[in-house]
Amino acid sequence: MATHTSAPAPSTTYTPPRRLVLDVLHDWVTTVDHKKLGLMYIGYALIFLVIAGFQALLMRVQLSIPNNTFVSPQTFNSLFTMHGTTMVFFVGMPILFGFGNYLVPLMIGARDMAFPRLNAFSFWISAFGGFLLYFSYFGASGLYGAGNAPDVGWFAYAPLTARVFSPGHSTDYWTLAILLSGISSIGTALNIVATTLCMRCPGMKLSRMPLLVWLYLVTSSLVFVTISPLTAAQIMLMLDRYAGSHFFDTQAGGSAVLWMHFFWIFGHPEVYILVLPAFAFANEIIPVFSRKAIFGYPAMVAASVGIGFISLSVWAHHMFTVGLGPGANTFFVLATMVISVPTGIKLFNWLATLWGGKIHFTASMMFAIGFLFQFLIAGLTGIMLSVAPFDWQLGSSYFVVAHFHYVLVGAILFMIFSAFYYWYPKMSGRMLSERLGKWHFWIFLIGFHLTFDFMHVPGLLGMPRRIYTYEADRGWMIWNMIVSSGAVFQAAGTLLFVYNMVWSYFKGPIAGPDPWDAWTLEWSTPSPPPEYNFAVIPTVDSRRPLWDIKHPDDPDSRYE
Amino acid sequence: MNEAAVIPQTTPWVLPSRGVVGMACLIIAESAIFTIFVVAYLYYLGKDITGPTPRQVLDLPIFTSICLLSSSLSVHLAVSALHNAKRGLCSLWLAVTVLLGSIFLGGTAHEWYKLIVHDGLTLQTNLFGTTFYSLVGLHATHVLVGLIMLSLALIFSLNGSMTSKHTGRLEVLSLYWHFVDAVWVVVFTVVYVLGR
Repeated sequence: MATHTSAPAPSTTYTPPRRLVLDVLHDWVTTVDHKKLGLMYIGYALIFLVIAGFQALLMRVQLSIPNNTFVSPQTFNSLFTMHGTTMVFFVGMPILFGFGNYLVPLMIGARDMAFPRLNAFSFWISAFGGFLLYFSYFGASGLYGAGNAPDVGWFAYAPLTARVFSPGHSTDYWTLAILLSGISSIGTALNIVATTLCMRCPGMKLSRMPLLVWLYLVTSSLVFVTISPLTAAQIMLMLDRYAGSHFFDTQAGGSAVLWMHFFWIFGHPEVYILVLPAFAFANEIIPVFSRKAIFGYPAMVAASVGIGFISLSVWAHHMFTVGLGPGANTFFVLATMVISVPTGIKLFNWLATLWGGKIHFTASMMFAIGFLFQFLIAGLTGIMLSVAPFDWQLGSSYFVVAHFHYVLVGAILFMIFSAFYYWYPKMSGRMLSERLGKWHFWIFLIGFHLTFDFMHVPGLLGMPRRIYTYEADRGWMIWNMIVSSGAVFQAAGTLLFVYNMVWSYFKGPIAGPDPWDAWTLEWSTPSPPPEYNFAVIPTVDSRRPLWDIKHPDDPDSRYE
Repeated sequence: MNEAAVIPQTTPWVLPSRGVVGMACLIIAESAIFTIFVVAYLYYLGKDITGPTPRQVLDLPIFTSICLLSSSLSVHLAVSALHNAKRGLCSLWLAVTVLLGSIFLGGTAHEWYKLIVHDGLTLQTNLFGTTFYSLVGLHATHVLVGLIMLSLALIFSLNGSMTSKHTGRLEVLSLYWHFVDAVWVVVFTVVYVLGR
């Protein structure tokens, strides 16, 4: 049976007349187009990535030698708070939702999201939240003249956030920014779920959806049950700070541990909310550059859904040092270990996809392969930390910092870079420079391993996280020096990447609709796609509609 | 621009309504928020350092609860009246729903007035005050939002701009209202039955 997806359209040579800057700006500010909103998400996340990365650099300078006074202790506290908060809420979430916004409708053959105006609302609320967080640098002094940027740590443990210990408005800015980001995330997640379930083109059954869309469906479902508790906890914190209630006020019988529970009920699944989209990119990119269909599609879907469910029952492994008692400890140790099973299934499926494939080592694929190795190591240190007695020893040490940066940078950021090299041609119409891309990969890879491999060591030697400085006789200096020097490589790699994006936008080779000879529907549209995406809504018969068009003699639908 | 040969589909391609799916997602997210507040209420139950305690000051709001729960029925009747193109009947049932919801909110206002003025229980008094006002207040806020939207629907129904082709939209609103009622069942059980 033949497939009826729209064929790649010829790139148009028509150039519209130059428009006024104000017109263009008005267009972008009032747009409800999922592609423009997706690009704006990605753009503002990249700006925050550079800001929060710069904060990390400042911290590494401070820690590179003992007894350093490069920044003040107060500044250091707000640096790690702002770095963590920005990276999670205003880099990770928006960049992943940006890709989701851009790709999900294109991949399921829809013309827009289910609720375009809600989509615009979510974006602007999220952008406003980020603005509010950074406005704290100017506004947080308030009437008291106390405080600057938030300095309570990214998980803002009680009772440090109480009015007594955090006077001024810095913590209020933090709370409001998180609250807004949460509302925006729930809105976007709702939109993605509704789009996936209700906007699929004819023939796009759930069992034929690209795995990227499946993973975004799981991520978005997770958002409802994990971001909402954080939103609830922020409401409680605001009531405590503004209205004098006692949720986390230990003086009145309130509990500081309850905040920890509420935060980590959000906090741990959040890691999966961030990493599932990274898996989603890998699911699309690895098969295309292996020239093979993904291995074990149903197992991949089942593993993703399994990760979604199990991730809801692991949060208290962040709280082993609180003293939960043997029963709870055992439960959370086991739940945390169990989650490595579906994750392992995914890893093996990617390897099986590579196996026997005709691998194309493009910049995108190199980042994806880096991701596979680094995610494995990140998972292994995760299993180490899931063992409660081991965690008692190394909890809140640099070993933990190294572990989760291995996930966030080694896995998620690598996959985000990979996604940029893969989808930039679709979004801009031009290819990114492969030569610069490979330089970017190697420089960043070296920097990453210098920083985060060696960061495990001071952790094992007992260096606690969040310390401002340390004595020279601890034996941590050489390790911190190596770690800091790696940060310079990473910064250089990122700058090269930014340069590549800007240069390629003007000078890169024209991409055409389908530069990678790929198989999902977004490559059937021109690059960049027109506002309506598809002139005719496509019909699909298999998981790889473009394969069916390109190989009518041997369509996929025969084998599914 | 795109060439696509369209074959006749043997089975019609039917997808769920995006309004219903969207509201279902919102309900899941809201349920999670309420769960956290309920957990906080139960966790702090009986841990107050000072009074008053729930047993001393809370009365069962039986009448207003009956009003709120029966408004679920009336909003359902409004939806089916609209579906059958009986606009007058739809307006009537919407008005009944708004009235019942308002009685419930009035009851809450009355209860809070008594608690604040006579019993001296505020958000700042103790853990009970903190968790009680925030949980019941969160629910009352949702009732208020629902009432505003139902009143808008009532206005549109009265001036004739809401017709049977809008049934789907009114149904989405009714889902929200059913959810608010269901939450009240939980809040009632936790605060007024178990909590006393």
